[in-house]
Amino acid sequence: MADVKKIATRESYGNALVELGAVNDKVVVLDADLAGATKTSTFKKAYPDRHFNCGIAEANMTDVAAGLSTMGLIPFASTFAMFSAGRAYEMVRNTIGYPHLNVKLCATHGGLSVGPDGASHQCNEDFGLMRTIPGMTVMCPSDDVEARKMVFAAAEMEGPVYIRFGRSAIPVYHDEDFKFEIGKAETLREGTDVAIIANGIMVSVAMEAAEKLAAEGIQARVLNMATIKPLDNEAVLKAAKECGKIVTVEEHNIIGGLGEAVCSLTAECCPVPVKRVGVPDCFGHSGDADQVLAEFGLSAENIAKVAKSF
Amino acid sequence: MTPEKKKELQLFAVRARKNVIVSLHAAGSGHPGGSLSSIDYLTYLYTEEMRNLDPKDPRKADRDRFVLSKGHICPGLYAVLAQCGFFPEKDLLTLRQPGSHLQGHPNMNLTPGVDLSTGSLGQGVSAAAGMAKGAKYLGQDIHVFALTGDGEIAEGQIWEALAFAAHYKLDNLCVAMDINGLQIDGATKDVMNMEPIDKKVEAFGWDVIKINGHDFDDIEKAFERFHANLGTGKPTAILMNTVKGKGVSFMENQAGWHGKAPNDKEFEQAMAELDAAEKEIEEA
Repeated sequence: MADVKKIATRESYGNALVELGAVNDKVVVLDADLAGATKTSTFKKAYPDRHFNCGIAEANMTDVAAGLSTMGLIPFASTFAMFSAGRAYEMVRNTIGYPHLNVKLCATHGGLSVGPDGASHQCNEDFGLMRTIPGMTVMCPSDDVEARKMVFAAAEMEGPVYIRFGRSAIPVYHDEDFKFEIGKAETLREGTDVAIIANGIMVSVAMEAAEKLAAEGIQARVLNMATIKPLDNEAVLKAAKECGKIVTVEEHNIIGGLGEAVCSLTAECCPVPVKRVGVPDCFGHSGDADQVLAEFGLSAENIAKVAKSF
Repeated sequence: MTPEKKKELQLFAVRARKNVIVSLHAAGSGHPGGSLSSIDYLTYLYTEEMRNLDPKDPRKADRDRFVLSKGHICPGLYAVLAQCGFFPEKDLLTLRQPGSHLQGHPNMNLTPGVDLSTGSLGQGVSAAAGMAKGAKYLGQDIHVFALTGDGEIAEGQIWEALAFAAHYKLDNLCVAMDINGLQIDGATKDVMNMEPIDKKVEAFGWDVIKINGHDFDDIEKAFERFHANLGTGKPTAILMNTVKGKGVSFMENQAGWHGKAPNDKEFEQAMAELDAAEKEIEEA
């Protein structure tokens, strides 16, 4: 895939904000001294008076966003996933989630792919934290096109949204005319031998795994589950019924995220074996992003191996 | 302030205190101490200070906003909102009961007149600052008020919010602190001494005025100072010296009355005292 264009979804976020800002004057953006890293600096450059830096004070930023939303504005509040979902969890839960305010929490640098920064910044818990808040929409895009469309979809819906964007450049595989819909899985590959359900940076890797499996005569269905909540129950149950076994793949603790969401649904509605590829309930460590991901089994080789292990 | 106006405010406040006791007694739990210490501020705020309030249209776009950062004293806020006509006073008897719009801590989606859901301490000033920033961004002439406790200001986020408001020159924001000197575990100076509060808040870039939070002349003066600060870029902090449990002798200055409801006997005594106070004001 050497000639494939690669873009980090945080870049997509910054670019989408600028486009969105041009057509929606209610959009304002908050950051906590990470505008250069979260790419809200792109928006700041275009609309300096609509970008509010809150300094290194994520709890305050989260509640300021809540207050702004009650005035009819659509605040996009950004920092790293660790601080957005982690540090400010209780502000999100009580002051945004409970009153169901129209705040868009757009976190970057989620998961192991933060790489060299190490475990303190490798947030593998954000999906779990955000999923447990009633009424929260939780998403993670798999490439540049999806990321940008997701930002627009988040602005169009009323209510709290959490989106995780990534740090590393990843392949762009969607065409510009791709239609993104919140809560709808995208079937990237048909197959009935096994279903691989992935999100975020793992979708392209899951597709690679499916190609490896195909070379061995195993036809895997691949679903891009960009919306973790509300989960596309229909697509998951269809995969369970038609494929009989499921592998989930995410850059997240196997506790709390996509894997657990799929397990909960299938256990209740269509029990089939599910194997979760993800961070096995431990902390990460410093290292090159791809190496760390591979070490935790987040590689095409391992996904293919797990898919054959039922 | 004319004597007639003062009498009117005092009567409103003593009736609100009675409503606090009535609702807490009916609920069997809740927070009387801080509700009673904040009543005079809430009375003045809602009857004299906040603009464009309309009980028939509680979400009127151009209304001034109020955030009860210390959400646990909502019996005080509910009493004042009911007396202002946002909902019937008889609803106060449903406080904390299943199906009631009067939750144990304020819910903006259930109770008419509540501008923000609160209850977890330390967050209200941030949200109020967001409202004030939003009003300025939108070019709207909206004033935003918030009330914190003195125990509450041990929460670090309060200071993040104070810094934010000063940095963004939110002179349309006015935060009152109900300094009754007591919190759940005892005297605020013993649990976590935050003094000197005035110097600290001032150092964060705020204009600070210290008043007696039970004196309507003082409260009026404080809001006049807030009006004078509009346009200067300085947010205003009103540090109110108050008595926890104010108006009910056995609750006054007792940390034990932070978070419990009066039993039947205590209810009778409290109501008798407040009835007598009401009569005294009426006859003055």
